[in-house]
Formats: sequence, structure tokens, C-alpha cells
Amino acid sequence: MGQLFAVEIIYRGVFQKTLAKNITRDIVLAAHNEGKLGISFGRYGDAPERNGIPAKSFAIVANDEQTLQEGMAQYEPKQVDLTVVLDDTLCKGAESWAWYGLQPVHHALKPGHALIVVSLQDAPALLKTIHRREQPYKLGILKGVTSFSGMWVYKDDHTDVRVLGAIAKALPEIVSLQAIEQFITEKLKSPLKVTSAKTAYDRFMTIDVEAGAGNPEELFKFELPKWEDMRDGVSIKGQPQGGPYKDPVTGQVGGFRPARNELFKKYSSRTQRPVVNFATCTKCTLCWLNCPDASFDVTAENTYDVNLEACCGCGVCEEVCPVQDCITMVNESQFKDNRSQYEAFQKDKDAYLKWLEKTIESAVPIEKRTHGFRYRGQYQEQVPEALEVARKG
Amino acid sequence: MATLTMPVQEKKKVKIEDQEALITGAEAIAIACKLANVDVVTAYPIRPYDTVMQYISQLVADGEMDCEYIAAEGEHSQFEIVKHASVCGARVFCGSSGVGWMYAMEALTVTPALRVPMVAMVGNRALDDPGAFGVEHNDALAVRDLGWLLTWVDSAQEALDTALIAYRVAEDRRMFVPLAISCDGAFLTHSQALVKIPSAEQVKKFLPRYDRGDLLLHPDNVISVAPQANEDWVTEIRRQNYAVTERASDVIREVYAEFEHIFGRKYGNPFFEEYMTKDAEVVLLGMGTLSTPARVAIRKMREEGKKVGFVRLRWFRPFAGPEIAKCLERFKAIGVIDRDFSFGSPNLSGVVATELRSAMYTGSATRPPVLGFIGGLGGREITVPDLEKVADSVFDAAKGIAQPLTQWIGLRG
Repeated sequence: MGQLFAVEIIYRGVFQKTLAKNITRDIVLAAHNEGKLGISFGRYGDAPERNGIPAKSFAIVANDEQTLQEGMAQYEPKQVDLTVVLDDTLCKGAESWAWYGLQPVHHALKPGHALIVVSLQDAPALLKTIHRREQPYKLGILKGVTSFSGMWVYKDDHTDVRVLGAIAKALPEIVSLQAIEQFITEKLKSPLKVTSAKTAYDRFMTIDVEAGAGNPEELFKFELPKWEDMRDGVSIKGQPQGGPYKDPVTGQVGGFRPARNELFKKYSSRTQRPVVNFATCTKCTLCWLNCPDASFDVTAENTYDVNLEACCGCGVCEEVCPVQDCITMVNESQFKDNRSQYEAFQKDKDAYLKWLEKTIESAVPIEKRTHGFRYRGQYQEQVPEALEVARKG
Repeated sequence: MATLTMPVQEKKKVKIEDQEALITGAEAIAIACKLANVDVVTAYPIRPYDTVMQYISQLVADGEMDCEYIAAEGEHSQFEIVKHASVCGARVFCGSSGVGWMYAMEALTVTPALRVPMVAMVGNRALDDPGAFGVEHNDALAVRDLGWLLTWVDSAQEALDTALIAYRVAEDRRMFVPLAISCDGAFLTHSQALVKIPSAEQVKKFLPRYDRGDLLLHPDNVISVAPQANEDWVTEIRRQNYAVTERASDVIREVYAEFEHIFGRKYGNPFFEEYMTKDAEVVLLGMGTLSTPARVAIRKMREEGKKVGFVRLRWFRPFAGPEIAKCLERFKAIGVIDRDFSFGSPNLSGVVATELRSAMYTGSATRPPVLGFIGGLGGREITVPDLEKVADSVFDAAKGIAQPLTQWIGLRG
């Protein structure tokens, strides 16, 4: 058998669909310049994509047809030579559309191979979220603003070619920088993109991550039942009704806490989370009523505490909240856990409000957020800024 | 009147006699729906099924039957409505014909996996084009791989009895799958015959109430039905329906035995019926009302000394493969008359011939030749002389004279 390589791109559904597809296609086409063969495909199960849902795209490259078939003879590669994470908030784990529990981003990565993360954070910060693993691996950070776009509109901010440059550095056996430069020149016809790829290549480096280093969080998972043990009629037992909410600090009972599915949490879809000011909340109920996932607990004093395992970060609560800065969506990379905000507030109101003030400082106003395509001209405004960050490295 | 003062206990002891009526197959099924105390009926007209909805609406209008009678805006909705009603615990009835049945196809495909014991009447009709009213079996057969139970009846009496049997089979907790009773358009749906109608008391004894148990969609039993699932669930869900088909034959056998016990009418082997096969050298085989000209032709040929018999397949799903193969292996050749087609199939035969060959290949020790005959399409009559010609060819095959594996009968040309 000849040489076989697999690259996995973990991306945010909808926002990075085109980007991920472009990268895996480009890998195959660039490698083909060197006489290699390959295929590029998305994980079909993730296909009816939802906003932000962790999804995967793959490139498989081989030296010859038969070796390529070895790689194609499975639904998706069980082991990959390189994993690229296109949004650093995915480092908290990927729960794809199917029920697999939470997977670490290096789930399929071969021992000793490289994990590339597009991020503005440094390695120690990322390793607080990337889960531990038993085998060592390499971590490389491609400095850059997370590239999000809409379903049908692609933001051409050079993330694709920069990732290609990093891949050529991390795994030159799959594709060389020369082949990538040739591909960009011939197919993308952009000398500026050649420079971006080359710069990324030059600057990219990895650090060794030792076995056992990283986030110690236990990943939630579950066993798929045998067919005889499954309910028939394609039916699922509903969640029991919720019950009263017990204040974690005062012990006061009241409000309402809905029952939630312990096996299907949605937080890995989240790229931003609501931060709630319980002191200014007018108890108007709008966030609670409009939340599509019943993510809010009604506290004993009738304020609304978001359950951060159930929240997928859509931001509807922020949009409907009538009080200035009472609910603010903040980028998920600011947070390391899913603990209750209300509990923190009840324990020490002053400390919480100080934390809140500091935390929402970094929030990007709705009209400037990069999730999706909001208005004509948006990307022309955003791209130079992203390129500048990339240029500085 | 004396009967009014009769004590209740004594009244129960009175032997209830069947009433006799001259009714069509469609009317017989409508009466069965009344007797089965069906809760929800949906209707959308297409000939020849529409006669059954007319009869039911008449029964409702006359105050003889109490049900929700919903005229849908098309067959798709017609079958969707009963699907949902059934999941909510209602005993349901619906039906269609030809392209109407095909228009409901999406709803038809989902009912087996959702374990919906829907009972439907298919007034068999040719699929368009050309637009035609006459019988052809391809409409009902279109769901043959999907988990539906399919049966063909050949008389108004059998239509009534089978409709009652159908509810008992489909609503058995071991089953919970949809069931279609096929009635040949015109020959059965529109022909009146004398039918014995059992009493409501008897039917009550035979047919327990539909109990959906833990699959009932109800505020007191909170479940979610029909979610989206990935590749890691679907195989197991299909395996569940496979398990139903594994159990189907036993359940059907039990229900026929119980039917015989309560109503006294004997159907013998539920899956297929044999006519003059005892000493036969060759047999013809088919489904539905073909049995009438077939019996006449068999008797005529018997008078001429030809040892030929007829087998009428009553249940197509489940297909009694091993049992029918065992039965047929003693004959020297078999002629299958298909009132359907399966273009491009192995040997270009009809559906029944193809299925039977498959059953014989694994189930019979002798593997006699199985000849396929396609005829009676679009409602064309299959005549006694047609059947005599079929038998001649089958006898030739029995003698070792090579015959085409598929022949068209009653064809101009």
C-alpha cells in the first residue's frame, strides 16, 4: 500500500460550511499538482446543518488509486493525520448532529500528529479547553480572527489559503508549499493569496502537548441501545415535567426548572453565550418565553438564569430583552465552564456585577457580529481588519 | 313485546343469527367498519374505492354509525389524518385506488415504522396513464416492501370477514402495522352478492378495543414520535419492523382460528386457498377475483380429463414462502397469473410469479417450472378460454416442452 493521508476540518455549521469545503477541496487539488489522488467530502450526517453546529469535512489524499480506495472504504476516516479546528470555541468539544455525546477535537487525531486551531488565543489558554488525551500530540495555532460567513455568502478573508499554508508546514508529505502556491496561482489567480499562504507557512509552528495535558473535564457520552431494547414506533419517551427551582444559596424554593435531556446537550453549538444582569432584570419573562430550547430556569425570585448546558447561543433572549445590557451575548472563548450565573450572583452580588461589567466589555455589538451575513458591504468592511490581524500574525 | 321483558341473562343465551344482505364488496367493508366501531374515517373520492366512502357516509347520515368522518383535500392528507388519529388511539379506516393510493405514498411509507395499525381498503385500479378505471394490482403492490400487510379477497363475504380480521391482526400489540385489503375494482367493489352479516355482539366478542399502550400519544403519556435519526439508529428501527414480519404469520393464524371459533365460517389455511389440487398434475395460481373464472375453467378442464387445480393466494404480505413452496413442490408445473407487471424484473415476469419463484428456489425440493402469465390489465376480463390456454402451456412445461417464462394472455396481436 502506498501512502495515505487524511485531514479533518472541524467547523461551525452554516457559518463555515463553504470555508471548510474550500479547504478540503483545495488540499486535494493542490496535492493533485504533485501527482497525488484524493477526495474531499463533508460528514453526511451533519448535512442538514444548523447554525454553529459542530460539523466535519475531510480530505483524503493518496499516492495511487488502490491506496485511495483504502481510505474511501470507510464512511469517514477513523484516524486522521491532521485536524484543523476553524473556530477556537470548538476546542470545548464537538457534539455533532447525531447523538455521539461530546467528542474532543483531537478525537480522530493520530498520536504525535498536529492539531491546528485558528485562534487569537495562545496555547496555554486553548489547553484549558482542549480535553486531555492519553497520547501526546502537537498543537499549532494559526493566528487569526475566526472566519464566519452566511449560508450562501462567502467571506474571502484568506483563511482558506492561510490554513493551506499551515497544513503544508505541519504535514508536507500530503502537500508541499510549492504545490499550494501553484494551485493558488493557477486556480485562485491571486498573488496576494499566495503571499498569505506563504506567510502562514513561514510563521506556523507547533508545540508538543504531553500526554494528560489539557482540560480534565469528563466528556459526556452514552451507549447506543440494542434494537430489542429500543422503544418501537420510532418514539421517544418525553422528559418528565420540571419542578420548582431551589435557590442554590438561600435554599428558597419557587420558580420553575424544566426537566432536560441528559443525553443531548446543545452547548457545543454555541459560539457566544448570554450574560445576564439579575440586578436590572425586570422579570418581564420575554427571554424565557422566546427561548427556543427552554434554556432558562425561573429562579425563586422570578429572574431568569440560563442553563448553559442547554443553551445553544442563538441570541434571541438578548434581542427580545427590553433592558439595556441586561442580557448580553459574549464570545464563548471568554468562558471556561458552564456554571450557573445566578448562583455566582447569589453568592456575591458585587463580585458578580463587577465580573459582568468586565465581561460584557468584550462583547461585540449585534450589528458587528460575524455570525452570518447581515447586510450588503459587511464583508468588505470586515475583510481588511481580518487581513491585518493575519498579517501581524 | 315479549322480547322487551326478557331478562338480560336469558337474552345473552339467545343464538344470534347472521343477517343476509345483497351487497357489494365495498358495502361489505363499510358494514365491517360499522361493526368494528371505527372511530375515524377519512375519505377522498377515487373510483372504485369511493363506493366504500359513500356507504360509510350513508351509515353515518342514517345514524347507524358513530365516527369522525373527515373528507380530506387529497389522499396524502387522507392517510396522514388517520395516521395521526391512530397514534392518538383511534381505530381508523381509509382507502384509495390506483394513482390516489400513489399520491398518498409518503404517508403510506411512514406508517409501518411508526407502528400504525391503519386498515385501508384498496379498490385495485390501473395506474395512470392511460386514465382507466379497471383493476390492476400494481397500486397496492407498490407498498409491498415497506412493512404493510397485504391481502387480496375474492368475494364480498370475504371482504367483510377480512376487514374484521384485519383490525384484530393490525391492532395486535405484537403487530401494530398498517394493513391493506385489496378488492378488485368492478369485479368485487361494484358487484352485489349475498353476504352474511354477523351481529354487533359477535364482533364485540371477536374484536377487543384498540389499546395503543405506551405508544399512545397523549398528554398523560408524553412521547415524541417520528424524530429525525442518523445512520446509527435507522438499521435498528428497520430491524424492529423485520421482527414484526417474523411474527405476522403466527398472529394471522391465531386470528383466523379465533374468527372461525366465534363466527363459525371456516377459511382453512389463511394464506392460500386450494381448489381441486388434491390429484392435480399442474396448478394455476393467482390473487383476487380471478378465482371465479379459474374455478369454472378448472371444472371444464377436469371434465376433459386434465388434472389441473387452482391456488388462490390470499395474503401477499406476509408471503407464506416456505408453506406455499412445500405445497407446490408436488406439482409438475405451475402457472402464475399476474394482474400486474414488474417491468424489467428477472424473466420480465409479474410480481407474484417473481416472488413465487424466489420462494420455490429456497423452499421446494423439486423446483418445478414456474411460468408467468400477465393479463387482465386495466380491468380486462380473464376468460375461461384464456385460462385453458394458460393451462395448456403449463401442461407442456410439465412434459418438458420448453415454454417462455413470461407470456401475455388476452392480448390483441
